[in-house]
Amino acid sequence: MSEGLTSESRPAIERRFRLQFEPAQGAHVLLYPEGMIQLNQSAGEILKRCTGTATLAEITTELERAFATAGLTTQVREFVEYALQKQWLVLA
Amino acid sequence: MAGARLSARVKPGPPLWLLCELTYRCPLHCVFCYNPTDFAMQSSELATEDWLKVLREARALGAVQLGLSGGEPLVRDDLEVLVAEAHRLGYYINLITSGVGLNETRIRALKEAGLDHIQLSFQDSTKQMNDFLSSTRTFELKSRVAALIKQFDFPMVLNVVLHRLNIDHVEAILEMADRMGAEYVELANTQFYGWAWQNREHLMPTRSQVERAEAVTQRYRDRQTRPMRIFFVVPDYFERRPKACMNGLGSIFLTVTADGTALPCHAARMLPGLSFPNVRTASMSEVWYESEGFNHYRGDAWMKEPCRSCPERGRDFGGCRCQAYLLTGDAANADPVCDLSPYHDRVLAAVARAEARAEARPEAPGTEERPLVFRTPEASRALSGAER
Repeated sequence: MSEGLTSESRPAIERRFRLQFEPAQGAHVLLYPEGMIQLNQSAGEILKRCTGTATLAEITTELERAFATAGLTTQVREFVEYALQKQWLVLA
Repeated sequence: MAGARLSARVKPGPPLWLLCELTYRCPLHCVFCYNPTDFAMQSSELATEDWLKVLREARALGAVQLGLSGGEPLVRDDLEVLVAEAHRLGYYINLITSGVGLNETRIRALKEAGLDHIQLSFQDSTKQMNDFLSSTRTFELKSRVAALIKQFDFPMVLNVVLHRLNIDHVEAILEMADRMGAEYVELANTQFYGWAWQNREHLMPTRSQVERAEAVTQRYRDRQTRPMRIFFVVPDYFERRPKACMNGLGSIFLTVTADGTALPCHAARMLPGLSFPNVRTASMSEVWYESEGFNHYRGDAWMKEPCRSCPERGRDFGGCRCQAYLLTGDAANADPVCDLSPYHDRVLAAVARAEARAEARPEAPGTEERPLVFRTPEASRALSGAER
């Protein structure tokens, strides 16, 4: 599904979805016609950085910086692939 | 109650879904409408300020999916004001409309106000059946509205309520939706409440009709080329377990009706012995957390057997309270769609009458023929006993 995903790809939220943080749920959610997906923390943190301007490599670096950790490349890539497959993301 | 661990009162989460039935005025007269049959007897509609208060307070509680419905919400000339405020508050806003009244001026204003998507109803795939079932000449108008929705780049959900008079046209309906560029299609089999309950004998499909429609839908999915999500809502009279109606009353869903009555489901007004709060006098927090109408059917302490000791009660919550009331006379009974309900034979009998009707056998005893009742203010007053 996500052939062509490289570290230079620029993922963006698919235009039919809206991502926002919901304080009442303590979570990011994806909103779409008659539906809502509640995201766990890592999914929310990844998706909110998928702006269509940052590359996958930059998103990963930024996440590693924000959470003072390293070695997130595989985890981020796998989630982005999953989100592309679910059509939450597209490659800009 | 051996084996039954019942929770007296469950602290509910936030009301994530808010449905505002802005008005019961409607240019259509659909025979399957779920609106209450006594809508013409209700007191005056909420004012703009009341709705703005509802939107603000519900959003503060955590509501995020917003449906603007009716009746026909476009009848309200403050719709754009409400959409703009809802957008500012952060709702995801769905306009649920017949399309009547949606011209280029209004759709542009709604786009600018921040409306997120539009659910457009059709009654069938042909002008003749659409116009008959809604008792209006609206098919061509709806087709023009579908084009406007695409022109203004809204995601379009095309909704068609299915029943015995149109369920055989599913393929043509899907082709129509595809031609119109819908992103989502809801083939929603009639749920028998409100006007649909009045017309149940006319609208109930046969089992073979339902199976054929499902098969046609699946074949369509298998060969479709354009992405279009198709939802086929199975008519629950043909099931053996009830739907998890509203995910349990008072768990995520909150309706405010045109006159300000707050309900845990859009049909719940019929439930006897319960008082429902009105947003003119109660805050949304009082409505959701404190009112009897929202608390009564929370948790499972209200349940009777067979639900009370049923291992599946946490999955379907006993089904639909309104259906239990309509079919058994007691809203705390199991939804008789469930084959564990002692009243399940009443569901089977309704389905059997549909089969008999299709085979043109004489009607079962006690089911005299009566004409289709169209949803009009006159019929509403008559059904409410106000006219003779």
